[in-house]
Amino acid sequence: MNTVLSRANSLFAFSLSVMAALTFGCFITTAFKERIVPVNIHVSRVMLENVEDFTGPRERSDLGFITFDINADLQPIFDWNVKQLFIYLSAEYATRSNTLNQVVLWDKIILRGDNPKLSLKEMKSKYFFFDDGNGLKGNRNITLTLSWNVVPNAGILPLVTGSGHISIPFPDTYKTTMSY
Amino acid sequence: MDLFGDLRRMNKRQLYYQVLNFAMIVSSALMIWKGLIVVTGSESPIVVVLSGSMEPAFHRGDLLFLTNFQEDPIRAGEIVVFKVEGRDIPIVHRVIKVHEKENGDIKFLTKGDNNEVDDRGLYKEGQNWLEKKDVVGRARGFLPYVGMVTIVMNDYPKFKYAVLAIMGAFVLLKRES
Repeated sequence: MNTVLSRANSLFAFSLSVMAALTFGCFITTAFKERIVPVNIHVSRVMLENVEDFTGPRERSDLGFITFDINADLQPIFDWNVKQLFIYLSAEYATRSNTLNQVVLWDKIILRGDNPKLSLKEMKSKYFFFDDGNGLKGNRNITLTLSWNVVPNAGILPLVTGSGHISIPFPDTYKTTMSY
Repeated sequence: MDLFGDLRRMNKRQLYYQVLNFAMIVSSALMIWKGLIVVTGSESPIVVVLSGSMEPAFHRGDLLFLTNFQEDPIRAGEIVVFKVEGRDIPIVHRVIKVHEKENGDIKFLTKGDNNEVDDRGLYKEGQNWLEKKDVVGRARGFLPYVGMVTIVMNDYPKFKYAVLAIMGAFVLLKRES
């Protein structure tokens, strides 16, 4: 049974099992790792308007504008099983109509090899901060957090929220700017 | 031919054995798949990424493992697989907006990492939000490249039938040593 075909077959089967074992090792060595790092978020300006939600629902809704700074060193998160980090700044708050609202304001992809140190100044949000109604006006507790989704070479896809969030109050009237 | 020589040398008992063996392989594959559906709560626990809209996280041909536990809330940042009315192929995209009512009713908006705009253009006309019922699963595990096999087979159906025929023939005709 020493034909070319049978040798090729066993070579293929063996390399396949070696690759499977390596992939599993890659996954199991990093699956239980903590990936939390401290994050420093600062909001310098908040502005509020009430306009028709042109991104879809077409109803008059509260639209917030936030100017923010972020400082974080994401280097400790990276290891041999991290292909990419998807980091995103989200606002979380409660309104009268919804017990939980989450809106992603800004995001960024950091690939392995990119600069893992975040030092952002006077950033504007990337997406419109539309509420589902008029729940931003006078809202005292809008919490901003920076989270990341770890995309591995092979393995689990954890969502991690950085330690260090801030809560900001929104203005009581439209078209007013609040500085912090 | 040597292949059929094996078959001719078999007696009836061995022939039954071969057929049963083949049936065993097919039914265990089916059992594993259905078992996964029960354990993960998702109607399709393993999906192949078919588009580049989540690059560079997921490329065409990568494999995703999904769960869909009802008590697990849907939150911003998660990658969900959802179906849109009028489209056969499920879409793998990230949740960027969530609004949840007190009674647990949830509506959310998705976007592909590699797309410039949110998915409202992909939804049914006039649909602004997805709901829990649209979700097929949430991405929990990732395995690169393995799904390439499926993509090649779907792109070249003849190749698929050839592979299936050869594998079937081997199992049925090859005598157990």
